[in-house]
This record gives sequence, C-alpha cells and structure tokens, in this order.
Amino acid sequence: MTIRLTDRDRQMLDGRSGEGTRLAMSIIVRMAEVCGAEELLDVTQAHIDGCGFLSDASLEFAETLASGGARVSIPSTLNMGPLDLQNWRAFGVPEDFAARAIRQARAYTDMGCIPTWTCAPYQGYLTPRFGQQIAWGESNAVVYANSVLGARTERYGDYIDICAAITGRVPRQGLHLKENRRGQLLVRLVDFGLGRLREETFWPAFGHFLGVAAATDRIPVIEGLPPDATDDQLKALGAAAASSGAVALFHAVGLTPEAPTAADAFQGGRPEETIEVRSGDLDAAAADLSTADEGASLDVVLLGCPHFSFAEFRQLAEQVRLAPGKSRCQFIVITSTQAHALLERSGLPAPLTDFGVRITLDTCMFHTPMVAPGTRVVMTNSGKCAYYAPGELGVKVAFGSLADCVRSAVEGRVRREGRR
Amino acid sequence: MTRHLIGRVLVPGSAEGRALVSRHPLSFWGGFNPRTGEIVDRRHECSGQIVTGRVFVLPAGKGSSTGSASLLEGIRLGTAPAAILLLKTDPILALGSIVADELYGRSVPILVLPEDGFHSLKDGDRLAIARDGGLTVSSPDTV
Repeated sequence: MTIRLTDRDRQMLDGRSGEGTRLAMSIIVRMAEVCGAEELLDVTQAHIDGCGFLSDASLEFAETLASGGARVSIPSTLNMGPLDLQNWRAFGVPEDFAARAIRQARAYTDMGCIPTWTCAPYQGYLTPRFGQQIAWGESNAVVYANSVLGARTERYGDYIDICAAITGRVPRQGLHLKENRRGQLLVRLVDFGLGRLREETFWPAFGHFLGVAAATDRIPVIEGLPPDATDDQLKALGAAAASSGAVALFHAVGLTPEAPTAADAFQGGRPEETIEVRSGDLDAAAADLSTADEGASLDVVLLGCPHFSFAEFRQLAEQVRLAPGKSRCQFIVITSTQAHALLERSGLPAPLTDFGVRITLDTCMFHTPMVAPGTRVVMTNSGKCAYYAPGELGVKVAFGSLADCVRSAVEGRVRREGRR
Repeated sequence: MTRHLIGRVLVPGSAEGRALVSRHPLSFWGGFNPRTGEIVDRRHECSGQIVTGRVFVLPAGKGSSTGSASLLEGIRLGTAPAAILLLKTDPILALGSIVADELYGRSVPILVLPEDGFHSLKDGDRLAIARDGGLTVSSPDTV
C-alpha cells in the first residue's frame, strides 16, 4: 500500500531536510503502513516519552537524530527522564548511568524539546486544548489528554513521539479521528454510596478494574462517577487503567468533554457490552494490586506515580500533620520541577522534610536506580506503581491510601485501615 | 502434521522457532526484561518464561508506551523473540522492531493472524515465518 505524501513530506523522506529528519520521517511512514493509514496529518504539540528510559539503544537513537541535525518543529515537552538531574548523587545513582542519562537528556534538549521532565505534563506547562491534534507518549498522559482534555492523540510509543515532534506529522488514523473515539463498552457503577466514591483508593482500584475489563483497547464509557471528580483522581484512574490494560481513552458521562450524555459518548450507537461494577469488584481489584502481606516490614513508601501535584503535596502535608511520629522507613515522593516550585513557595516543605519525606525531581522510580538494592517491601497509593513494582523492582508491594502509607511509615509495617 | 497460514505483515522478515503462546496481552516494558529475555510480569501467565528465540504468540501488547524501547533493546542484545504473532495490530511493538531495523539493520518479524489461525497455535508448535507473511506450522506429535 502506498501512503499519499505531500511535497514537504517527500522532502523530509528524501533526506533533503537532513539525515536526522529523514530517519524520523522514514519511521513515521513505515508506521503509517503498519496502521493501515493512507495519509499523514499535522500535529501541533508533542510529549516525548522516549527520553525517559535509558538503554544503549535509546541513547544511540537520540544521538543519531540529534547529530543528524534533527530539530523539533512543534512545541514538545519531555516526559520524566532517567535521572534527577540536580540531586542524583544523593540517591546513590551510579556515575556511569548518570553520565549516559545526561547525554541522552542533552540530545533531546539539543533537538529543541522543552525540559519539563514530567509524566504529568497536563498538570504543568502547555496543556493541550479540546480537539487539538497532538502526538503524546506516556500511557498515563495519553489517556488523560484524550479523556479529560478531549485533545486527540494515539497511544504513541517511545521513538515515534520524537519522530512526530521533528516532522510535525503522524499517520491519519486511530484516535485522531472522531469516528474512532466512539464508546464501545458501557461500565456502570451500581451499588456505590457517596462514601465509597470519596475514598481515595476508589480511583486507582477502579482504574485497575477498568483496564482489565476493557480487554486491550475497547473504549469504555463510565456511568456513575461523581461530577466533582478532581484532576488528581482522574489522573489516578487513567494511570491505573493504562497499566493493567491498554486504555487510551475513556468517557465518563457528565464529566469528560466528549460525554455530556451517554448517547454522545456512543455517538448514537449502542454499547457492544455492558458491565456492572459493584463494590466487591473494587475490593478484589484493590487486593490484586497488593502482593505484600498486612503487617510486613516496610522498606520504602513511593509516591508520585504519576508525578505528585501541588494539591497532592497539600494532602500529604495534612496526613503528616496528623501522624503520631516520624517515618521509620524511606519515604520518597517524585514530582516535577513545576509542582516543586509551588511547594517551595508554600511553607509545606519543612514539616514534610521533618517527617522524613525525600523529594526527587524529573524522574521515575522505575527508570532510575534509586530504590536501594535489598529493598523487599514497597508501599504506594498509586495503582500504576503497584502494578509495575513487582516486575520492575523485584519487590513486594502494598497498595493503600495516602493515610495508610503515612500510618505504615510511622509503624515501619504495612498497616491499612480496616485490615488485620 | 504441517499446516500453512497467512498473516498480515507489520514488520517483514523470516524466522523460525517454537511457539510460546500467551492468551493474554503483555506490556513489554515492565513485562519483558531485555537483559535476560524473561517475562517478568508476575501477574502474567508466562511469568518466568524466556522468550528469546521463541515465536511469541500473544493477542496484543498493552500498558506502557515504553514497550517499544524494551523490544528495541532486546533486539540489540539478542534476547528478543525470533518473531511475534499477534491477533491485532500493535503499533508499539511494531515500532520497536522498525527502529531496530533503521538503527541496526536487524528486526523481529511481526505478523497479525486471522482469529481462527491465531487460536489454532499451541505451545511448542514449530513455526516458520516467511517475508511475505506465510506461516508454516508443524505441530509436535499429536496423540
């Protein structure tokens, strides 16, 4: 199959815009063939995920593009990187890893990317508009941009994201087109009282359930979420759903912009399937997110997956204020420089530091070697972190609320409310 | 017994190997360790299996968009599967293999199979994949 290309596309593909741009365009065109697209479309913003994971191949790819003269042609933010660029020594990151991570970071900034270094770009700089065609990587950012903001992006993987940023072009297909954003699966919350919906663990646990229920990438339409859901709650839901499943877009009736009504979300069609969710399903989902036993000795609390927002720091500060003591284990919070700048101006850092909170910027617990070797049990309030920690960190994980995390840190053992 | 199937080519190439069949999707980042070739998603049915040199049969990828990077690094290190057979197009896996081809001139062939053909494959089947998407299946002695 041949893809219809514009003169400018051909110029890039022929190498007339430089070798780096040629490589980027070649990958875009080959991916268009994979997806069965017939032409390309313009995107006006990118978020680059490929800068986050460090391997010899990822470094070589970035340096090949940069040294080939490639530069981004649209505003392009960067996902978290493999290093806390200011404080990596304090986290015991090996020198050779840091040196290569810094080279990779430089390759991306040399190409003109904006050094946001965050996996929650929608809570920082350059938030996309409704209907805007964008090319975003990072599964939690993709689901947020599509669902909560109503911008349009496919689930771009590492490497095609920077290619789209350089060329400003993506295959015309998938979630860029309105007809492909139609809901497929109706997910109805049935016996939930307002109390349960107010629980913090509801959001990641429901996200985890949703990812499994949607089975690969069917677009769910959710009925029964409270209309006053916060950005952070939707962030937690989407991140968990994009970990246990491939959810890149969900609609929540009365809450997300393409779903004023269920009929809008289904674009006049019918659901392929209806699933009723009861509170027992969420108890099971929450249990599935934990592999550590209640009462297990706790090594580290990890928060900020996706990156902690300023509002989440406020909630943490409140829990710390109520805590009867200090943390007896490592207590790490990961955030962006943007949220951290607000924190620094708020008066909250002192009590957090006093409790034992260590803040790290720009990076991810899974992409930088900062969790000490020998760590056995990790606790988090994040569905995404709980999902990936056993495989990526080789640890047992306990999933609980922020209050549970603080309580457990004080006791040095996993202690969740209502459990024995 | 030998059978022939035809798949849609996402990334062309020829390969041979024994099938490792998963009924569930897998995220290659967080689910595949490119240093060892092991499936490390402890919730996954193939947890602990080594995919290196096998023809990995799975319905689709899922989860992290860093899956491309894990597959690329696996191809560079020689720990990747010999080929990947899917039930539906997975751009994240295809991309990892295409970038490997562009950077190193090495790739993992990836095909999408029709549903009945996909479901007919069993663990341990000997599979040969041709550049045009042809697939030859030799099942071990059936009882």
